[in-house]
Amino acid sequence: MNLLNIVAKNASRNQRRSTLTVLSIAFGLLLLTVMMTIWRAFYIDRAGEESSHRLITRHKVSMAFLLPAFYRDKIRSLPGVKHAVNETWFGGQYKDDRPENFFAQFGTDPQEYLQVFPEFQMPPDQLLAWQHDRAGCIVDSDLAKKHGWKVGDRIYIKGTVWPVDLDLTIRGIFTAPTPAEALLFNNEYLEEGFPTVKGRVGWFEVLADSAADVPRVAEEIDAQFRNATRPTKTETEKAFQLDYIAMLGNVKAFLLSICGAVVFATLLVSANTMAMSIRERTREVAVLKALGFTRGAVLWLFVSEAITLALAGGVLGTFAAWGLVSVMAHSPQLALLFIGVRITLPTVLAGLMVAAILGLASAFVPAYNASRKNIVDGLRYVG
Amino acid sequence: MPPTIYLLKAMAVPIRYNFRNLLVRKGTTAMTALGIALTVTTAIFIMALLAGLREAFATTGDPRNVLVLRKGSTSELSAGGVSREAAQVLKTLPGIATDHHGEPMVSGEDILLINLPRKDGSGEVNVTVRFLSPVGIAMRPRVKLLTGRWFAPGHREVTVSQSINNRFKHANIGDQITIGNGTWDVVGLFDAGGSAHESEIWGDVNQLGIDFQREIFSSVLIRATDPGAAQLLQSQVRDDQRLKLNPMSEPDYYASQSNSGAPIKFVGTIVAILMAIGSCFAAMNTMYAAVVNRAKEIAVLRVMGFSQASIMSSFVLESLLLSFLGALAGITLMLPFNGMSTGTSNSKTFSELVFNLRMTPGVVGVAMIFALSMGLLGGFGPAWHAARQNIVEGLRD
Repeated sequence: MNLLNIVAKNASRNQRRSTLTVLSIAFGLLLLTVMMTIWRAFYIDRAGEESSHRLITRHKVSMAFLLPAFYRDKIRSLPGVKHAVNETWFGGQYKDDRPENFFAQFGTDPQEYLQVFPEFQMPPDQLLAWQHDRAGCIVDSDLAKKHGWKVGDRIYIKGTVWPVDLDLTIRGIFTAPTPAEALLFNNEYLEEGFPTVKGRVGWFEVLADSAADVPRVAEEIDAQFRNATRPTKTETEKAFQLDYIAMLGNVKAFLLSICGAVVFATLLVSANTMAMSIRERTREVAVLKALGFTRGAVLWLFVSEAITLALAGGVLGTFAAWGLVSVMAHSPQLALLFIGVRITLPTVLAGLMVAAILGLASAFVPAYNASRKNIVDGLRYVG
Repeated sequence: MPPTIYLLKAMAVPIRYNFRNLLVRKGTTAMTALGIALTVTTAIFIMALLAGLREAFATTGDPRNVLVLRKGSTSELSAGGVSREAAQVLKTLPGIATDHHGEPMVSGEDILLINLPRKDGSGEVNVTVRFLSPVGIAMRPRVKLLTGRWFAPGHREVTVSQSINNRFKHANIGDQITIGNGTWDVVGLFDAGGSAHESEIWGDVNQLGIDFQREIFSSVLIRATDPGAAQLLQSQVRDDQRLKLNPMSEPDYYASQSNSGAPIKFVGTIVAILMAIGSCFAAMNTMYAAVVNRAKEIAVLRVMGFSQASIMSSFVLESLLLSFLGALAGITLMLPFNGMSTGTSNSKTFSELVFNLRMTPGVVGVAMIFALSMGLLGGFGPAWHAARQNIVEGLRD
């Protein structure tokens, strides 16, 4: 019987305790993995290659203020800029104001939109149809699936931000690498319905020639409009998302404090269990040592038992986290925040690593004490 | 059966027994209770955030006030608004209250967003600037001047809420704030009594109109003589075809913004429930160990005549005690954070919404119930096990 066998037998001899400990650790690790996934999605993950080439130019103060439409040509004429397209937030109501029926609607220019977003795939005939119908729109395939739309369907959207209602026909359905949950329509429709807005748009999406050009392009765009009545702020798509998250409040501190509480609580659970089971086995330890087991072997025996239990919890927890994250990514309340969020392998590995360290930390002190105990005292010990 | 045993059968195991047991195993007790305490802390933190947010919106608005937006709009920040002519018409409607000068209480207002850097370095965010006239200030009696003075009509001056002053740079008396192309002087601080105006900067609406050549108001706030008259005013404004306006009661307008807390609520609920389940298992573990270690004691108690029911309730009680200790520790840990101010994004205006953590009696009560249910769920199985164990085997152990 080798040592690993003893570890396995020891871990399974009080099955109720082991199960409860594993489950308790699993719930801790489930939470930790979800929090790490949110952190990663918010602060680390980069979208595809195109996203790193793309910038957003908006009004310096707030997206709520419009920019003159003629800025577009000025931006396009700068060296290093491949394409630029205007977008305007419509923010209307589809059917009713329930959150599950909410999705983003943008007015834009059908002639150039897909050139700025080359990762959106759509059949060329559908693009042509959209470009030729001023009351046409295109939708993301996820959104179309959710509402059961197909090409040719009519969609009615009530304006709340704008005093215009849209009566649109779906001309195309595009697929995006990460679901965009968006509808795009021709901005001229908005301008005809509400002439006051003519010549003004929400912001510009700018595609640069290369990632290396991005910082210079951003600077040049803002320099050009610095002294205009409507100055701009240009930043990468990622930086723009970070701004949005910053608006939600101190998300970093919120996530970190939850992670801290979870890890500490899990450590307590695991340490408690190990302390209890090691104390119960004081006599056994003395017997093992009398048989010739070294202190190191005894220490190793307990520590690996704790790590085994913690890892079992970790595996269960990360597996459950995978399910929970996919639920969150599809929840209507969080649609805007968690679209396309998923668990990645490094997150899983980090979670398992934390579990293993927790196991090690929880067993070390009681195991060390047990391994140092005098054999005679140990044999005399009555629980 | 001798009468003493008869008595014991109906008697509960003294609670002192449970106290002492928790004390004997103080290491285990402390660890389990601390685990529960951490869960309780997290739950309180989230509930206090939501309570503070709810309070900000629930305390804003007077039932006599009616907020008027353009037809189809649901937010003061929407494009288009109420024309100056329409605002004049509103002044002549029946049922409008007058102030002590005999002027109708109708306040044409404008909303703008500006960018200010947060003091904690977490970036620049949008802050709402409300432009109004002295009558608009009078219509919100909860808002009180703290230091300095109110902005003077006809001047580029603003008065800043205490919370904005606390959270943002460049918002002290004497500082200048850039709005559009002009600079406005900060001349005073106000306290909004925890209401949504806590997140605002106030300035003169007529000065803004001149600076920006604004011909419309984003909204008009009107005061009716009483809540009943406010209802009538609402239907009157809504039905007037030439006005094309959307009136709503001021408290309703602010209440509809409390969904700004939806992301916190969703994530928070998941976190609290998962942590609670984890702590429940931990409590169960501790209680099972307690039951197994005390097999002999339990058997002795049974031999003495204590009934299964009293053994069972004794162990459930011990588990409840354990979680009660945890709850107390958790509540104490969170107390220093009570009243702490924080911010999130307003779902209607996409600007900073300042609110305070509020450990209301409701929050503390729910946290206590939350902890005790963890104790109950965690203790039930072990207690059941204890009550049903075989007496002879227990004694032999």
